[in-house]
Amino acid sequence: MVKFFHHALKFRKDVCIGCSHCMNECPTQAIRIHGGKAELTDNRCIDCGKCYMVCPVGAIIVEADDLSRIFDYTHRVALIPNILLGQFPEGVSISQICSVLMEAGFTHIFEVEHGTRVLEDAMTKMMEEKELPRPLISTFCPAIVRLIQVRFPMFTDNLMLLKAPLDIAAMYYRRKLEEEGISPEDTGVFYITPCAAKIAAIKSPVGEESSPITGVINMDFIYNKIYTKVKQGLSGKGSCCLPAMQPLQPEEMVWSLTEGEAARMPGRTLAIDEVSNVIEFLEKMENEEISDIDFLELRACDQSCAGGILTSGNRFFTVERLRKRAEEAARGNDSMIYDTAGDSIRDHFDYLNEHLKVTQIKPRAMDKLDEDMEQAMLKMRKVQEIMKDLPYVDCGICGSPTCNSLAEDIVQGKAHVNQCIYVQKRWEQEGKLQPKESMEILKEIWGEDKF
Amino acid sequence: MAERMQFEYNVDGGNFTRAGFASSEIKKILKKLNVDIGIVKRTVVATYEGEVNIVAHAYSGTIYVDIDTERIRINLKDEGPGIPDIDQAMEEGYSTASSQVREMGFGAGMGLPNMKKNADEMHITSEVDKGTEVEIVMFLNNKE
Ligand SMILES: Nc1ncnc2c1ncn2[C@@H]1O[C@H](COP(=O)(O)OP(=O)(O)OP(=O)(O)O)[C@@H](O)[C@H]1O
Ligand code: SF4
Ligand code: SF4
Ligand SMILES: [Mg+2]
Repeated sequence: MVKFFHHALKFRKDVCIGCSHCMNECPTQAIRIHGGKAELTDNRCIDCGKCYMVCPVGAIIVEADDLSRIFDYTHRVALIPNILLGQFPEGVSISQICSVLMEAGFTHIFEVEHGTRVLEDAMTKMMEEKELPRPLISTFCPAIVRLIQVRFPMFTDNLMLLKAPLDIAAMYYRRKLEEEGISPEDTGVFYITPCAAKIAAIKSPVGEESSPITGVINMDFIYNKIYTKVKQGLSGKGSCCLPAMQPLQPEEMVWSLTEGEAARMPGRTLAIDEVSNVIEFLEKMENEEISDIDFLELRACDQSCAGGILTSGNRFFTVERLRKRAEEAARGNDSMIYDTAGDSIRDHFDYLNEHLKVTQIKPRAMDKLDEDMEQAMLKMRKVQEIMKDLPYVDCGICGSPTCNSLAEDIVQGKAHVNQCIYVQKRWEQEGKLQPKESMEILKEIWGEDKF
Repeated sequence: MAERMQFEYNVDGGNFTRAGFASSEIKKILKKLNVDIGIVKRTVVATYEGEVNIVAHAYSGTIYVDIDTERIRINLKDEGPGIPDIDQAMEEGYSTASSQVREMGFGAGMGLPNMKKNADEMHITSEVDKGTEVEIVMFLNNKE
């Protein structure tokens, strides 16, 4: 099969203990256990990071860029999502956070949420277009876009073909620096990411030619850097080196939280977070049980980006802090130091508007048993036959997450029915399998060292 | 011989909690068979409406699904009050739904017309006090 996606999550075989926690958690059944190790089926993975959250030994890692990469550029832009600011407890000020970033080597800091205003205008316009399907679904969360491509191909037409705030913010900043006379090759734009899905989307954008973002740095890495410095009292005292910031509107500050988009769209809107909630809802929608919704905001993580897998702060506190910041800003007391005289993203709306669209997002259905319908029917019949021998227990001892997924793996030639422990016992009883042989089978799945 | 598959689902009258179960199962099968998503969509809409009609208007019923590489044929057969005037029932907005059913968000009188719109072919036969049979056919090879 063709490899569809770049994945930011990597499974380290040397660390994996083959406990199958990840296999049981994966919402798209992308993981199998073989030889005592987790194995990923690339085409099914949507980069939601559920597996990363449950792995007890840290065998799943998120491959981002090394911070030293920023020094390949003379102009080093840190693109920070509001979520980063929400990681820290009360005492840590935004200017402290920014000064640590500057000390780490960045020359410019820009808040991602600046990209939301022009996006909101474009989304609102789309909502007015009567001939577009309903509900329109936001493409903000890249894991959701992939989920829809692989599991709900029916709704790819409902996706709003627009870029994400971070792409827009990056496009703007690149242009601003270019206008200041800085050569584009000298500019590196680095996004500080709260999740793996954003990395994957940047490294292999869905429906876009290339990304305006140079690299990605994990938020937990930056968090530790900042927190250590602040704790040691080594930084953040002077705001000498702080770059001028553009003011953010309150509604822009909460865009990445649950309801951030839904609250701004006209008509009947709904915001759903956490991937299994989203799947449950989309299944109902697919069954035609849900209608009359104009706009859907869907996010793969609980509490949206505040619950991103690379965040360090408690997601509920993060939400509380960011909402508070927005409330304060609404009252006119944001603690940032603002430069209202300089260049503003608002001066570039025409340019950004022209570059906002994403080309088609194609379905990548993974449910099909075969491209050819006749073959698919033959395979389905075989699955039905195999299921008669399986116990419907979904114990996972075979190395597949469910009895049905084992049956499908068998039909696709990737597994054997004797991997089922129930089948083994039955065959032993019937004299078709020696205990020694069934032990060998189990070792092949779970690894020698488990026995 | 060309491949052919058949499935059967029971539908209980009055059980709105489970309404949509059969359509959902049929959808899963069609996705696995790599049926064009546009056709899957239309099949699910039509089947769902038919399934809800059994739940809302009849006592019990069975949905028979018959698939080959040329077409999908779905037969929704129920035991129930039947439809005295089929032409009238087919009119947009015509409904005999009780206020109770309306409260649950059904009863706009759009189900049958919607089925007709989404199916490539649709046939209804009904006998008062006995039951109703609705058959829908979807063609798989661009015969729209
Ligand atoms: N299986 C059935 N058995 C008996 N009567 C039926 C059946 N299906 C439809 N009808 C009759 O036809 C009428 C129109 O059906 P239709 O599905 O178009 O509308 P509805 O079910 O009343 O409302 P809606 O489908 O919009 O929720 C129904 O109100 C009912 O009187
Ligand atoms: S990232 Fe999500 S979809 Fe991918 S393997 Fe992990 S749990 Fe499964
Ligand atoms: S959770 Fe998955 S990756 Fe981590 S040790 Fe267990 S099997 Fe290996
Ligand atoms: Mg109806």
